[in-house]
Amino acid sequence: MTKKEKHIPLLTPDEYIRREEEINERLRRKPALFDPDAQSHSLYFLNDWKVLPGYYAPNPDARLMLRTLEDLLEQDRKREADGFTRRIRLGKIVKPGKGKKSKVVIVPSTTEPKFYHDDSITDEDSTGGSGEGEEGEVIGKQKAQPQQGEGEGQGAGQGGGESHETGNDVYDLGKILTEKFQLPNVKPKGTKRSLSKITYDLTDRNRGFGQLLEKKATMRRIVETNIQLGNITPGEPIDTSKLIIGPDDLVYRIMSAEKDFENQAVVFFVRDYSGSMQGKPTEAIATQHLFIYSWLMYQYSNNVISRFIVHDTDAKEVSDFQQYYQLQVAGGTRVAPAFALVNKIIETEHLAREYNIYVFYGTDGDDWDSDGKELYAELMKLLPVVSRVGFTISKNSWTGENETTVEKNITQSGIVEKRRKEFRMDGFNADTVDEARIIESIKKLVSE
Amino acid sequence: MYLIDQHTKQIMEDCKLRAKAQGLDFGHETLEYIVSNKDLLELSPKVMIPTLYDFWVHDIEVLKEYGKYKLYPSNPYETVINSRPAISFYNDNNPDWMNIMIFYHVLAHIDFFQNNRLFEHTWNDDFVGVALSDKRLIESYRSRYGRWTDYVIEFARSIDNITGYFKTLAKCDYPSSMDPDPMVSYYFNHFLPEVLQSQELAVFKEQERYNALVTKQGALGVKAFFAEIISKHPEFESAFKAYVPQEQPADLLEFIRDNSPFLKRDGNNWMKAILTIVRNTAQYFAPQIRTKILNEGWASYWHDNLFRSDDRIVGHEVGYGVLNAGVTSLSRVGLNPYAIGLRLIQYVEDLAEKGKMSSDYQKLVLADDQRNFNAATGKGKEVIFNLRENFSDFMLINTFCTQEFVDQHDLFVVGKRPNPEEGTIEYYVKSRKAADYKKMLIDSLYHPPVVMPDLNKTTDECLYLVHQFEGKQLVQDFIPEVMAGLYFLWGSEVQLETTEIHVNREAETEDEMFELQRVLYTYSDKKINKTKL
Repeated sequence: MTKKEKHIPLLTPDEYIRREEEINERLRRKPALFDPDAQSHSLYFLNDWKVLPGYYAPNPDARLMLRTLEDLLEQDRKREADGFTRRIRLGKIVKPGKGKKSKVVIVPSTTEPKFYHDDSITDEDSTGGSGEGEEGEVIGKQKAQPQQGEGEGQGAGQGGGESHETGNDVYDLGKILTEKFQLPNVKPKGTKRSLSKITYDLTDRNRGFGQLLEKKATMRRIVETNIQLGNITPGEPIDTSKLIIGPDDLVYRIMSAEKDFENQAVVFFVRDYSGSMQGKPTEAIATQHLFIYSWLMYQYSNNVISRFIVHDTDAKEVSDFQQYYQLQVAGGTRVAPAFALVNKIIETEHLAREYNIYVFYGTDGDDWDSDGKELYAELMKLLPVVSRVGFTISKNSWTGENETTVEKNITQSGIVEKRRKEFRMDGFNADTVDEARIIESIKKLVSE
Repeated sequence: MYLIDQHTKQIMEDCKLRAKAQGLDFGHETLEYIVSNKDLLELSPKVMIPTLYDFWVHDIEVLKEYGKYKLYPSNPYETVINSRPAISFYNDNNPDWMNIMIFYHVLAHIDFFQNNRLFEHTWNDDFVGVALSDKRLIESYRSRYGRWTDYVIEFARSIDNITGYFKTLAKCDYPSSMDPDPMVSYYFNHFLPEVLQSQELAVFKEQERYNALVTKQGALGVKAFFAEIISKHPEFESAFKAYVPQEQPADLLEFIRDNSPFLKRDGNNWMKAILTIVRNTAQYFAPQIRTKILNEGWASYWHDNLFRSDDRIVGHEVGYGVLNAGVTSLSRVGLNPYAIGLRLIQYVEDLAEKGKMSSDYQKLVLADDQRNFNAATGKGKEVIFNLRENFSDFMLINTFCTQEFVDQHDLFVVGKRPNPEEGTIEYYVKSRKAADYKKMLIDSLYHPPVVMPDLNKTTDECLYLVHQFEGKQLVQDFIPEVMAGLYFLWGSEVQLETTEIHVNREAETEDEMFELQRVLYTYSDKKINKTKL
């Protein structure tokens, strides 16, 4: 809270009118509060300070937030020792934007368990309305998978997309994941590599000579010089013919060496997008892959390149997380082509030499290639060049506890034991999986 | 956070004069603060009470609000808390005309807080001060007992939504002379039905005889009555002496505080103080959620009436029109408590103004006669002031949500159904019947479950709880966690009797769709199990 005394300043009539106009404009532009897409139709959703507008927006203090969150997580950790369940979950809020640019912020959340009435079973989903329309008439429509305005808890936000890759929040999430869930830190690969590379660009400025004249800066210097010489009098028109240009007044850009940070890791996210993956299995895989990605971003100080590959009977690369998460086909399932594609990309782009490579694969365990020989061949080609391959089997409810084809093939091939350093596999039931289980699974996949 | 300046305070005082002239009633003193958005984000988890005790869940909420604010910056506008003196918070930078309207809105809220009977138990408190001393006490516990303080707060809060608010309320103004003499009460309520096993009819007859005697002879009659009883049933006197009245606790939180063997142990006394603080705090806020529609409707009614008749509106009619419409327009889809509350109050005012709340009107059969009825009683204002004094949201809706009201404002129930072909969810007009609309409104009102201890089955070794089933099951996911907390507070096994609803998807009729099953949860030693009853 501000201790400083502050009072509303008195306004001049002009300012007053302008402000009035501003307010009216703002009121007019105010988004409809009660559109069908609104978060909640509940009676208790609206309150005085939601419905009445204003125009003043200070930024929240992020430093304060971070410090407190760490304390809270520390306290949450102690709960287990005291014999109670942990209560802080990491949620995210997604704001869908134009195109693919959605914004995501990571926030902690918690629910206070109490005895509440459960309205979900007996109550029909209805609310109030007003205006015209006969009984039975449709008055509005909404996409069945609504664009999440605000979604908390698990599941990759569908508004996801590019911001997942660029935002600081992914980094923050990785930091939190590393600290909260004690995910391991990455050990550097055998040889130490330089974190930076040198590029050359016209960035430095030099006076007197150079490759490219910087006009604005030059002009400023000329004016300065001529004020000192008395050739320019403030308030009077300038006679440019009288201006004197000194050699030092010319500002140029010259070529210079720039340190550029190098991407240290490439991570391939590969998933089965066949029909059987629809719903919960996909959601679990996408959440897990988002968490892994965040963790790597933190580990490599944001220098991570990600590649997304989906497959049914064939494999293809997609450009962003959103497509990776949302694409759905009804096709069959063959796992080997996906890894053939990964191998091909690594080979043609010479990734193995330059980067730490991670491959994470998510599936429900189906594979038409029942003996798994092709997959084995591709994996044997892949394992020598990567830091880690992690398989996640997100089982459908009908699979139950049975071993899936992929699990069977991998187990039979003995890769898990033989290549323990590079290969990990974990399976869970997609119907019952929660955040804790997903994190545990990540630990299994990434631990040393 | 700082007080509004003298210029703005003057505007407020002018508003007070005009509001008082219209009959609004609020204390002489009020405090108005300017707050930043950040202040408000930090205050909102504490229900706007700056001095409320600290608790980690509030911190999580604040962090979440910061995150939300990053994406959805909003500008909170005004909020008011029910304390003595009443305190209200405002955003910086509002122009004067807007402040006038807000002040009217706020003054109506204060009037509501200080006159609506549901708030009666808060009328004598300076809650901000009470909360501050509670906060200090909790702080001192925290420095002594560390995070165990927070566990006790957490467990107490797990049942703070089911406190016996209405029982507390009923005790206000309850005349002690209402209770009969203990001997009379024992004779009719326990001795006759339990000891003598008398039939109901016999009890009634006995009551008649007693009443006749008392009416005729007063105290002497009572004496004679019991002299006769004692000669007839010599055991009565000793049974009455041996009888210890079993008082029903007001709620679970109070029961645990007063009876838990764990809290009675040496060194655990401080936990009782925390339970009391949590309970009092919860009860303090209880009336607000039960009067949301009426309170917002009342405030909207008055800001509109007062500001439109205020000469200071001149030149700002359009700005006000837009702002007011944003607040009080009926939503095409969704429930807006401001809109519904305002219209219900206006509807009641109109009914009363025309004398339609009379038997003369109710006797009319023809719709035309009803429509044109106007006794011009001029009682509109009087009746809505009565409404604000004595009604809650439930009473308001239950009494006045009529077909006439629903038709007047084109209201309907919106249904939601999937359209698999288009991959969309459709909103459609489900019903325009007042009964359906009223049911939908009432179903969306806040209504916590009733969970009380069974005094006959509860012992020091087992706290036995019974959930009174009202057609809705409890949220299953929370049951184990709440019981774990109660296990801590009681110090031994906790049992909960409740009803589960099983959905039969193949059912053909609606009656067969839901199957009810009474179950018993038992929590002991970190394990929970469930048996069918």
